Amino acid sequence: MKELFAILIGAMFVENFVLSKFLGICPFLGVSKKTSTAVGMSGAVIFVLVLSQAVTWLVNHYLLVPNELEYLQTIAFILTIAALVQLVETILKKMIPSLYKALGVYLPLITTNCAVLGSALLFVERQYSFVQAVFFGFAAGLGFTLALVLFSGVRERLETCDIPEAFKGMPITLIAASLVSVTFMGFASLIIP
Amino acid sequence: MEEKKGFLSILFNGIIKENPTFRLLLGMCPSLAVTTMAKNGLGMGAAATFVLVGSNLVISLIRKIVPDKVRIPVFITVIAGFTTIVHMLLAAFLPEINKQLGIYIPLIVVNCIIFARAEMFAQKNGPISSILDGIGMGIGFTLAITLIGSVREILGAGTWMGIPVTVNLFDPAVLFILPPGGFMVMGLLVAAFNKITERKRKETGNEADSEAGCAAGCPGCSKAMHGGEA
Repeated sequence: MKELFAILIGAMFVENFVLSKFLGICPFLGVSKKTSTAVGMSGAVIFVLVLSQAVTWLVNHYLLVPNELEYLQTIAFILTIAALVQLVETILKKMIPSLYKALGVYLPLITTNCAVLGSALLFVERQYSFVQAVFFGFAAGLGFTLALVLFSGVRERLETCDIPEAFKGMPITLIAASLVSVTFMGFASLIIP
Repeated sequence: MEEKKGFLSILFNGIIKENPTFRLLLGMCPSLAVTTMAKNGLGMGAAATFVLVGSNLVISLIRKIVPDKVRIPVFITVIAGFTTIVHMLLAAFLPEINKQLGIYIPLIVVNCIIFARAEMFAQKNGPISSILDGIGMGIGFTLAITLIGSVREILGAGTWMGIPVTVNLFDPAVLFILPPGGFMVMGLLVAAFNKITERKRKETGNEADSEAGCAAGCPGCSKAMHGGEA
């Protein structure tokens, strides 16, 4: 229990996926214009992260490790994630149309989200157990949500600001992200699990 | 003569006009994550260039055999294959760089630059043009992230490629080698790039085709660009 708590705090605050590990920057900068889309995207990311952590852990533990195929990890993981996202999309469309409506647009974007592949590679590096790996996925998703929703609030304020010509668009967004990231450095003094 | 010029323009296209990092804003994760030192930028750039050239070549060779419907999984497999090769080569010959870059080497698979070039270029062009495009884009990416790395290393650690350069000038500000510095330096450099090359070209030039290329491979990125430009 204590371990899981450390994973939660670690993945959410101390080494926040977006703001300190730079995983999932594309959606972070891409869908953070409005808080509502940010929430939708975050929901989809948490959902896929938890699922993909479970599946990739099983693939790694029961397929790759016993057959000494660890060097195929990158290929196996990315294909698993791509197939999983496709499968989730199809199943949701048929079974739970309401959820599909809410998350559908964001699902295809997630295959190329480095947070998903990144957390799969991290649980291998850190030798997490199944429960730890799945929980790590959940915590990373929560950290992503926190960063994305906070940042979308900042960006909504930026809309009304008077910005120098050369800084319009991406540059000012990046600088705002830098300032949000500074605030997360405050958590750095917490113990890293 | 004309053909030769065409090849040259393909090669230089990626360096300034469509610089993947500063212009197309692709591959942001590695550009920010590994650029705490100029040397890391160089290593990451070289690794990505290798994958880019290899996957561009293979994809342009098989583009006519692969049915349109399964093209995305096929491309991903090809890219993942080259990434694995580069990962193993680095682990064997440059273990220090490999350790520094860590999980960001396998993460080249999801680097949108590579997928975007496969979709936008290699899929439509012959092998030689595709190799040149890979080299050009790779050099553009390498130059860009080495530049980010240099700025961050000089400001944040007072060294460049490990050599102390600012000993008597100013005290290094550690912030720049920490995550916030990455965002900030990137933001300032994109602004400078916009200023220098004028924004005009961005609106007329490559927005349309980069959108097309990204739509399938990395919609997050293409959205990022739109979000940024609006």
